Amino acid sequence: MKQYVVFEMDKQNFGIAIQSVQIIERMKSIMRVPKSPVSIRGVMNLRGEIISVIDIRRLFNMTELPSTDATRIIILKMEDAMVGCIVDKVKEVIDIEDDQVEGTATMQGKVDSSYIIGVGKVGGGDEIVTLLNHERLVEVSFGIGE
Amino acid sequence: MDMSQYLQIFIEESKENLQALNENLLLLEAAPDDIEVVNVIFRVAHTLKGMAGTMGFAKMQLLTHSVENVLSEIRNGKLHITTEMVDIMFQCLDALENYVDQIINTSTEGDESYSNLIEQLEAILKGDFKGSNVAAPAQQVATAPATQQAVGQKTSGSEKKAEKVAGNSPKIKFPESVEAIKNHALESGINVFKLNITLATTCMLKAARAFIVYSDLGTIGEIIYGEPSSQEIEEEKFDQEFMVVVTTDESAPRVEAIVLSVAEIEKVVLEELTLEQEDDIPEPVATTQTPEPSPTPAKEPARPPSKKTEAPSKPPTKEEAAAAHKAAVAGKSVRVNIDRLDTLMNLVSELIIVKTQLEGITESSSTNSETNYSDSVEYLERVTTSLHDAVMKVRMVPVETVFNRFPRLIRDISRKLGKNIELIMSGEETELDRTVIDEIGDPLIHLLRNAADHGLETTQERLEVDKPEKGTIKLRAYQDGNSVVIEVEDDGRGINVEKIRSKAVERGEPADVVNAMSEQEVLDLLFKPSFSMAKQITDLSGRGVGLDVVKSKITALGGNVEIVTELGKGSRFIVRLPLTLAIIQALMVNISSEKYAIPLNNIQNIENIHHDEIKQVQNQEVIVLRNQVIPVVRLDTILELPSTDTQDLIVVIVRKGEKQVGFVVDSLIGQQEIVIKPLGKYLNNIHMIAGATILGNGEVALILDINTLV
Repeated sequence: MKQYVVFEMDKQNFGIAIQSVQIIERMKSIMRVPKSPVSIRGVMNLRGEIISVIDIRRLFNMTELPSTDATRIIILKMEDAMVGCIVDKVKEVIDIEDDQVEGTATMQGKVDSSYIIGVGKVGGGDEIVTLLNHERLVEVSFGIGE
Repeated sequence: MDMSQYLQIFIEESKENLQALNENLLLLEAAPDDIEVVNVIFRVAHTLKGMAGTMGFAKMQLLTHSVENVLSEIRNGKLHITTEMVDIMFQCLDALENYVDQIINTSTEGDESYSNLIEQLEAILKGDFKGSNVAAPAQQVATAPATQQAVGQKTSGSEKKAEKVAGNSPKIKFPESVEAIKNHALESGINVFKLNITLATTCMLKAARAFIVYSDLGTIGEIIYGEPSSQEIEEEKFDQEFMVVVTTDESAPRVEAIVLSVAEIEKVVLEELTLEQEDDIPEPVATTQTPEPSPTPAKEPARPPSKKTEAPSKPPTKEEAAAAHKAAVAGKSVRVNIDRLDTLMNLVSELIIVKTQLEGITESSSTNSETNYSDSVEYLERVTTSLHDAVMKVRMVPVETVFNRFPRLIRDISRKLGKNIELIMSGEETELDRTVIDEIGDPLIHLLRNAADHGLETTQERLEVDKPEKGTIKLRAYQDGNSVVIEVEDDGRGINVEKIRSKAVERGEPADVVNAMSEQEVLDLLFKPSFSMAKQITDLSGRGVGLDVVKSKITALGGNVEIVTELGKGSRFIVRLPLTLAIIQALMVNISSEKYAIPLNNIQNIENIHHDEIKQVQNQEVIVLRNQVIPVVRLDTILELPSTDTQDLIVVIVRKGEKQVGFVVDSLIGQQEIVIKPLGKYLNNIHMIAGATILGNGEVALILDINTLV
């Protein structure tokens, strides 16, 4: 059993392993960085440290929307840095049994699949959560290893 | 007592002492008869030996001891300094430096005993030193022991057996280094006593008594070994008994009397040690390389049979492991002049005064509180500015700490190349931030090597072109505005720009482009990695080896390198470095809706320009300012921002070396002190951004990297 932070993008649920999440912040001012990859919104100040921020909407090829009260920045712990991810809404933390996770073969849709681990079923299969590999997600966002 | 707390001091002081040795040896080589210099070297070596001994670094102590012996003979006028001897001494210094490095990394001195160096020193002492077996010390070192347990040992062995009577107690094996020091002492006619001291059972302060014994013995001689170790004694980790070995000129009864004069000593068993004790050592013994039987070959057990013999402070303890960790962390320290700390202290007390003032204002709501408030804020501003200055000064280190190893470097290079080279240094007192100082050594060494190796002609060539036989390399440091300039200048053959040009064409650069390049641009080609990789250009022009590395290092430090050269006269490498890396003065500007910082030390001036004044030259916008044509760059376009259509433009003129470029910005915010923060590993490949800074309101502003934009 693993715990996941679930966030919502365009009515779809996505999950990131809770161990990889440092903290969840409200939307802050973000400075655009010229010539940075498309999915990168810019950099922000997190208690004196400059961290890069990924715009998950841009990464998922979703239409850009202005931020709302629900918009959050999920700060991910990477090996030697932190990276923020702007998401529409953070919903909850859930437990998913390993046997409730299916592979990605049947996945389709707008989302590029290399950072998708699988689909987790919650509540007896009523609801599904797309589980993401945070390392790969960051790599794809910054165009590393392509 | 835990020695690890002194490790840092030991390391710092050893480094200083080694540096002092290096400098004075150079002096000595230049003036072999200056007995004062010998005295200085002797004193420094003695200090070093003493410190190594105290810290329990026995091998280091032994090597220093051997050096000291030679120095002592020189001081007594029995030996005359030769270049070969100085070479050996320098190798010993290198070996000692290796010890120190090892200690920094692991907090132990390692296994290397440099026995061949010690042998060579012995040979010098005995006068049968031959300059020929000098070369390549480091490689030789490892090979010495096992194979050559030699003839000398066996021949001398028999005559020694006869003397072997005196030792009547069970043999105690000393660490090899102690053994060697003991033998040295005996050879030079000094008595060596082993004292087994038993304290009274009623003794309460055993460590204190033992300490008194130690210090009393210290007044008449030198304690070369103790068991348990002095450290364990200070921790009272012994019963009633302890043993010391002491070298002294005094007689046995006198020594005994001295020990017994200490209170609460129950008994002393004194034993005079003699030379042959080492014959009992079963291991193969390394001797001098010379096969002739010498009466007292330097013997050392090839490998210590157990950990115990290595140094008194063994075996490794938890503290030691902790010390190793601590040492590695503590490696970056700065020595601060006490005056600077006092200034800092004063400023902090001023800060407190301002704080009290501000508190007073909020309490008393009198009419003049407004003016009081602005007064206090102004005062606060002054104090923080001074405080910043003071803190920066604390981080500053004179370049001397880097420069002082260069005379030795040039000496070694000139001996190796057979060129007569003089190094003239100036401006050693110029100060740079500690972080810059740490990084600048290697690039400078590279430039100096380059100057000596490729820049200067051979003696033969110099004579042919009527130059003085002695080549000169000048190393200069000085402060220039917000940066520090370091120049490496040689009076050698200079760089042939035309040859670089033709080489560039050969290497596939388009000929018209190369021919259109200015001299400065051509010289910049030398810093390209591809250029230095190509050996041909090196052979041809004698330049370009690893210059790209120098360049990238210096650029990484926020500096730049330029070359000025005149064919046949020499070349000058000009390295420009920022005073500090962490905090800079910057001009904050608005570009479109965003804020950017431009480092102030890059900015030459700011001009208001009407857009009609911008002219087109070869598809490049330029302005003419005081008869100079300056290319203009529109920052909004470069930064992918929507351009604002105004008639009056603000142009920030930026200078990088000889080049000037004007950057068009929308408006100026003002000058501000900013703390540079890195953009992080994911965005570090964006070249035109040098970093980011956090503004007063918590927002982030990017810092433009002028070096890549010009």
